[in-house]
Amino acid sequence: MNALFLATAYLRYHLWRSVILVIVAAVILSVPFISQTLLRGSEEALTSRAEATPLVLGSRGSRLDLVMSALYFSEEATAPLTMAASEAVWDSDLGLPIPLYTAFSASGARIVGTTLDYIEFRGLELAEGRPFAVLGETVLGASVAGRLGLGPGDTLVSSPENLFDLDGVYPLEMQVAGVFAPTGTPDDEAVFTDIKTTWVIAGIGHGHADVINAAEVEAGNVTASAALIEYTRITPETLDSFHFHGDPDGFPVSAVLVAPWDDRSGTILRGRYLSQENPVQAVVPSEVIDDLVDRIFRIAALLDAVAIAVGAAAAAAIGLALFLSWRLRAPEMATAFRLGAGRYVILRLALAELGLILGLAAALAAVCVYVVWSSRESVVAWLLAL
Amino acid sequence: MLSIDALRFSYPEFRLEVPSLSVEEGERAAIVGPSGSGKTTLLNLVAGLFLPEAGRIRIGETEISSLSDRARRTFRARRIGFVFQTFALLDYLTARENILYPFRVGSGLSLDQAARDRAQALADRCGIGGKLDRRPGALSQGEQQRVAICRALVTRPGLILADEATGNLDPATKTLILDLLFDRAAEEGATVLAVTHDHDLLARFDRVIDFAQFRAGRGAGA
Repeated sequence: MNALFLATAYLRYHLWRSVILVIVAAVILSVPFISQTLLRGSEEALTSRAEATPLVLGSRGSRLDLVMSALYFSEEATAPLTMAASEAVWDSDLGLPIPLYTAFSASGARIVGTTLDYIEFRGLELAEGRPFAVLGETVLGASVAGRLGLGPGDTLVSSPENLFDLDGVYPLEMQVAGVFAPTGTPDDEAVFTDIKTTWVIAGIGHGHADVINAAEVEAGNVTASAALIEYTRITPETLDSFHFHGDPDGFPVSAVLVAPWDDRSGTILRGRYLSQENPVQAVVPSEVIDDLVDRIFRIAALLDAVAIAVGAAAAAAIGLALFLSWRLRAPEMATAFRLGAGRYVILRLALAELGLILGLAAALAAVCVYVVWSSRESVVAWLLAL
Repeated sequence: MLSIDALRFSYPEFRLEVPSLSVEEGERAAIVGPSGSGKTTLLNLVAGLFLPEAGRIRIGETEISSLSDRARRTFRARRIGFVFQTFALLDYLTARENILYPFRVGSGLSLDQAARDRAQALADRCGIGGKLDRRPGALSQGEQQRVAICRALVTRPGLILADEATGNLDPATKTLILDLLFDRAAEEGATVLAVTHDHDLLARFDRVIDFAQFRAGRGAGA
């Protein structure tokens, strides 16, 4: 008890030194648990979403980029397909095609242009509002809605793609129709809208309405300024004027998720895209993700070894700091000895100080691990979307 | 109170021989002598921190050199108080906790309310009763030495060993602190054995022991 009192007093007096020691020790203790938690969470998230997605069609190229883009809405950009690829699946009657167009973003979230089939395919449920119904409407993933503080009735403007947009393609102001319930998947981090709405953002579809600028909205007049943000707004009055030019089969899509009716249909579909001459490839996400997870865990094993070495070095540094501290406290120990302290008293003092540091570090590490563990789904979804 | 007979102690290039020395109970004795002559070594021998090669050191009825290591620690904690030139206060403890420090580390001592009350009473008598919650860094040197004197007396020791206790103080404070030490020791019935270089203070002691009478120092007796 006396040793604990003296150790506490010493650590409190040298507060910053103690805090640094505790933080370093907490990092050493928590990093292996946090990395394992995130690795296992990533593995679960990757594999469960991949296994729930039987087939993905995309442009021939990196299979991994295609899967990451189509399933996790990552920033890996794959060359776009045309809507014809989706129509071909539909016409084959071998499965349900779900086109995705993920070329744009809004306030840091990926805009996923798709069809209502996607909602049913992923089993998404609405927490508020209703699904997108007309051009320009959007449904937000739970994390996006929470982060931006948006709900049904609010608006969200797509991010400008080019500051010097000479084509006259402006960001689109979208009406929030609903918010999905949290799923712990990348769907929480996305903004969903009808694929036609994303084609409007791409400039393929347009209405015969004036472009709105922010200053005009706020001040009621137009002011020439470099700070003006111009965007397109779809209103009930202008909705009918929106139209698309060209053949819809030639409109871009990033990928097409396919839910074959059965195994046989899936096999036939895959066979149709085996030829290297075909610019479209069919990828089974679980095969790609299994390869990725294998690689991640091989790298993780290496990182674990590095982490152990770094942890050992940091622990040695802590030990050295404590050792030097005790050397500096030699006069104090001499005084204690003169006042009748035994060697075990001094040992108890050292152990109490070490125990307090490790105890506080363990508590801090436990809190960090708990925070990461309890929010692992969001963290993993965010990591996968990077 | 303290008696030393045929004491002999040495380490490389140093030798100390004290044929006979005694200090009566309640007496205030000063040890004087040149630097390096072994005055502090003698205090350490009396405290049982060093063991003599030969001879006896008795404090009261106890021959300290014959005690086991553990018994010597307990004896030192209970019967001997130390006052150091550098005060030897712990900067991370308050004055109150510094006074009570022997109860936290001393063998065979336990901290209870009586000890706390005694610490407060001693501090009041030493004029620092209102500053017990301050750390040493917030006290003057004279106040720090008062804290050290309280710490030396808090366990009711029979013998106070003071090693240059006034060496770090200004002339005016020296006298005050020494008088304070003597007064409090007298109240407690404690004997004082003090090493000092300060000849101006010798008149305040009951007795002065000149180390020149012993064979002591580097190469002494060689």
